[in-house]
Amino acid sequence: MSNQNFEPVIIGFTCNWCSYRAADMAGTARMKYAPNIRLIRLMCSGRLDPTFIFKAFAGGADAVLVSGCHPGDCHYIEQNYKALRRYHLMKRVLVQMGMEPGRLKLLWASAAEGAIFAEEINKFVEEVRALGPLNWNAGNAFIPIHESEPMEVNA
Amino acid sequence: MSKPKFAMYWAASCGGCEIAVLNIHEKILDVDANFEVVFWPVAMDAKYKDVEAMEDGSILLTLFNGGIRNDENEHIAKLMRKKSQILVAFGSCATEGCIPGLANFTPIKEVVDTAFSTISTENPDNIRPQTSYMMPEGEIHIPTLYPVLRTLEQVVDVDYFMPGCPPESHQIAAVIDLVIQVLQGKAQLPPKGSIIGAGNSTVCEECKRQRNLKTIKAFGRIQMIHADPELCLLEQGIPCNGPATRSGCDARCPTAGAQCIGCYGPAEGVVDYGARLIAAFGSVIDSNDPAEIDRILDGLVDPAGQFYRFNLAGSLLKASIPAIKSNGV
Repeated sequence: MSNQNFEPVIIGFTCNWCSYRAADMAGTARMKYAPNIRLIRLMCSGRLDPTFIFKAFAGGADAVLVSGCHPGDCHYIEQNYKALRRYHLMKRVLVQMGMEPGRLKLLWASAAEGAIFAEEINKFVEEVRALGPLNWNAGNAFIPIHESEPMEVNA
Repeated sequence: MSKPKFAMYWAASCGGCEIAVLNIHEKILDVDANFEVVFWPVAMDAKYKDVEAMEDGSILLTLFNGGIRNDENEHIAKLMRKKSQILVAFGSCATEGCIPGLANFTPIKEVVDTAFSTISTENPDNIRPQTSYMMPEGEIHIPTLYPVLRTLEQVVDVDYFMPGCPPESHQIAAVIDLVIQVLQGKAQLPPKGSIIGAGNSTVCEECKRQRNLKTIKAFGRIQMIHADPELCLLEQGIPCNGPATRSGCDARCPTAGAQCIGCYGPAEGVVDYGARLIAAFGSVIDSNDPAEIDRILDGLVDPAGQFYRFNLAGSLLKASIPAIKSNGV
């Protein structure tokens, strides 16, 4: 299947002090980056509950970007390290659940790195475009559940 | 006046929930004194058509254990919903999928292949169950397997949830006591959708082990570690699910020296059980170096199984519409 026309939906979590400022800087400098990413600002990448990421995937996101201050630069001293560890652990779980590892990306960006931020987002969008739409356990078809019984997300 | 009617059903489950109910000892006589048991396949003879013939809403209380694995489970779930005033998702399978729900990790074809064509199974002709078959006496049917296991709530409206694998007998006894008191007008039922027969906190809260600041340099499996009997297990690098698991069991496993595996499901306020544990475990790993973090995480041999042993079918991801759709719906 060609993924040329596929427009991935990506949720990006940014921290208030570095990576969101980087996005801001990219905007102020009128740098263009792909519109596929929807940025959500948190105070810190350490605030990023893995539930948010799972909820994004459950709700139909094709990929998720986690971004924060560079190691050692965290506004809250060391919370971005927690984000780093959770990212590694989460990735292992998501892979076990049948997802390609490339759908979860970690990016450190300082407030001065607007250009890098924009460039990385463009790169990520193309990587996800190549992966295609998120498809858990592709090809697992046996007997369909009745159409009249739609599954709901319990959240 | 006739006694209120009681029913219990098992769908995709192991039967442990029924044993837990019988484990309430002499309290079972109270059940008999206050209820007429009309349908309980494991304990008495009854036919589905007898239940179908009952008036809608004529059963006061139905404890439904087991997940929805096939069309028979779904049919009975809907039937019991129609016939019961109070439908309780009883035990971990019905509330969140439990061990049968772990099959949702695997495409259904692999599940069937494993059951019918592994080295321990004698099946030279590679025979698979057929859902209908023509016999000289007529056509016979067996239930149709669904691609994923669903929780009871994903199929019908549920009034109350009672977690545990199985629910602790003293909790069952307390719930039965409550229902009897409600019948006698001495108490009121909790609001619909409540979790009953469990606590509102975490297993850690009930655990008597000593807790300090956790800094984990290595995870290990419990059989590989000489665990200190007084100290928090997670602190010793044994992956214990206590921080995310609902209280109500009196922290039985950690008290006995084994890690909590999470059978009481997500604690109050936890949306996704595994996500909460990922957050907790991520916080206590004592390293800031990606390579070392990876090395420490290698000690968790099966993280998805560790974090979703009881909760997969009810988790955010495996109950999600995209996930279910790509399972062949």
